[in-house]
Amino acid sequence: MAGQERVNPRRDDEEPVDAPEPVAPSVQSRDAEVDALLDEIDDVLEQNAEQFVRGFVQKGGQ
Amino acid sequence: MTVRRVMGIETEYGVLQPGRPMANPMLLSSHVVAVHAAAREGGRTKARWDYDDEDPLQDARGFHLQRASAHPSLLTDDPTRPAPSGDGPQELERPDVEEYEDPGAANVILSNGARLYVDHAHPEYSSPEVTNPRDAVVWDRAGEQVMLASVRALASVPALPDVALYKNNVDGKGATYGTHENYLVERAVPFSDLAARLIPFFVTRQVFTGAGRVGLGQRGERAGFQLSQRADYVEAEIGLETTLRRPIVNTRDEPHADPTRWRRLHVIVGDATMLEVATYLRLGTASLVLWLIERAVAEGGSGGALAIVDRLALRDPVSAVHHISHDTTLTATVELVDGRRLTALEVQREYLTAVRTALAHVGAPLDAPTQDVLDRWASLLDRLATDPADCAREVEWLAKLRLLDGMRRREDLPWDHPRLAAVDLQWSDVRPERGLYHRLAAAGAVELLVTPQEVERAVAHPPVDTRAYFRGEAVARYGDQVSAASWDSVVFDVPGASTLQRVPMRDPLRGTQAHVGALLDASPDAASLLAALGG
Repeated sequence: MAGQERVNPRRDDEEPVDAPEPVAPSVQSRDAEVDALLDEIDDVLEQNAEQFVRGFVQKGGQ
Repeated sequence: MTVRRVMGIETEYGVLQPGRPMANPMLLSSHVVAVHAAAREGGRTKARWDYDDEDPLQDARGFHLQRASAHPSLLTDDPTRPAPSGDGPQELERPDVEEYEDPGAANVILSNGARLYVDHAHPEYSSPEVTNPRDAVVWDRAGEQVMLASVRALASVPALPDVALYKNNVDGKGATYGTHENYLVERAVPFSDLAARLIPFFVTRQVFTGAGRVGLGQRGERAGFQLSQRADYVEAEIGLETTLRRPIVNTRDEPHADPTRWRRLHVIVGDATMLEVATYLRLGTASLVLWLIERAVAEGGSGGALAIVDRLALRDPVSAVHHISHDTTLTATVELVDGRRLTALEVQREYLTAVRTALAHVGAPLDAPTQDVLDRWASLLDRLATDPADCAREVEWLAKLRLLDGMRRREDLPWDHPRLAAVDLQWSDVRPERGLYHRLAAAGAVELLVTPQEVERAVAHPPVDTRAYFRGEAVARYGDQVSAASWDSVVFDVPGASTLQRVPMRDPLRGTQAHVGALLDASPDAASLLAALGG
């Protein structure tokens, strides 16, 4: 995968190619968490965003 | 030395009837409170709020605002105009006629010691008093569950309107509603000293406490994203008002405790936060800074710690709040009175250094909760300076921004697109299936500090180490004989007694489980409890 090749450009060949930098999986999984939500955002977000936002009117409080 | 301190959070929730933008918010809020009361066993619903010791017009600067000159929104102690200390019970005359129950003054005292009521056209959850920032998170999350229970109950009753509730602070049209922190502070610290030393802290802490907001300006009149929900509504440095000309440091001096020993610092500049780490650090760091000021004032500076803080006075704190909130790069600087220009992170780092200096001066070992707050505070300040994106599991504005940036990339949306504003609003919907924070949390994208079991328990049970224990347990055990309660009293109406009996609780650290648990266990009814208390 192109992403992994970019992550480990200087890796020696005695290391398995698929062993990522310690930080890499967490970055990737964090992106994956948001990506998964974005994939389904249309099912979650109000159908008519403009109407929802316009109708969100509150009285001032403290 | 410790972060331990009596504290609590009040949250006014945004309220909507889906599809009916013109619905009366006061009525909707009343339904939120009333449906909760109705869902519980009958007796508890009768308990009123006991306003006898409330005085919202008392100013910490030492004067008292005349009632006639006060803005009506400040009169929170009179419900007819829509807000155990070791002493024995006090006798109160029983009213001849049943007092009129104003639906706008809907009020429930929960068995967890919290107050659920209608404040300024919003349902408000005022958490019970807790003694540490982690418990503050637990009982704040419990408040979300209380609100969710009302949403579900209203949805299940066809005759009542559906309601959606949002734990946020702005509507994007100019209205804001508050999330207030309360801290018990030693009265010995002069208020003016306290305020001056807190202002730079509150101005700059938004870099890690902000909930994030789509839109700039009070009405969101300019497109963009900023760190804080509340920043654009801050218009004064110090003041008594909470609903207009909102100040950085509020001077309401209503300690709900012995006023010769304590003041209650009422902080109105904070954002409501869904992220547990954000709530935890907001209260934890404030508690540390308050400790520093109390300690240093008492012992003459604490080895230079106070001097560090005193050099942080800002040239223009109100503008600085806005300036810092509008800078998502965290590189903007603000001018200090001594001529230096520092970033918000640098100002926070100075506070951290001052706290560490005072700790070294004291020399005592730290308890684990204090060490944890210090470590997290230091770590965040470091990482926010080098790689802010790395903090998106802990800092709410960054978590929200990550989602918004993802949408902007995918759909090529400008900042004034309604879909982005909708994400901002729906972020804090209390329903787990609708709230975008909840969706991210379920995906494992944010750090959690407390368990669902702890939160579930806190919905029904009070903290054991403050007077909230007595209040909550009194409601749970003798609810049908509790006629009123407040932060510092519980009023009992025992059948056959000639008067009502009021148990004062002027000390927030008495009435704990250790103090009265055995007494409660030995008292099958309110009459025997009152007899044991000496009434």
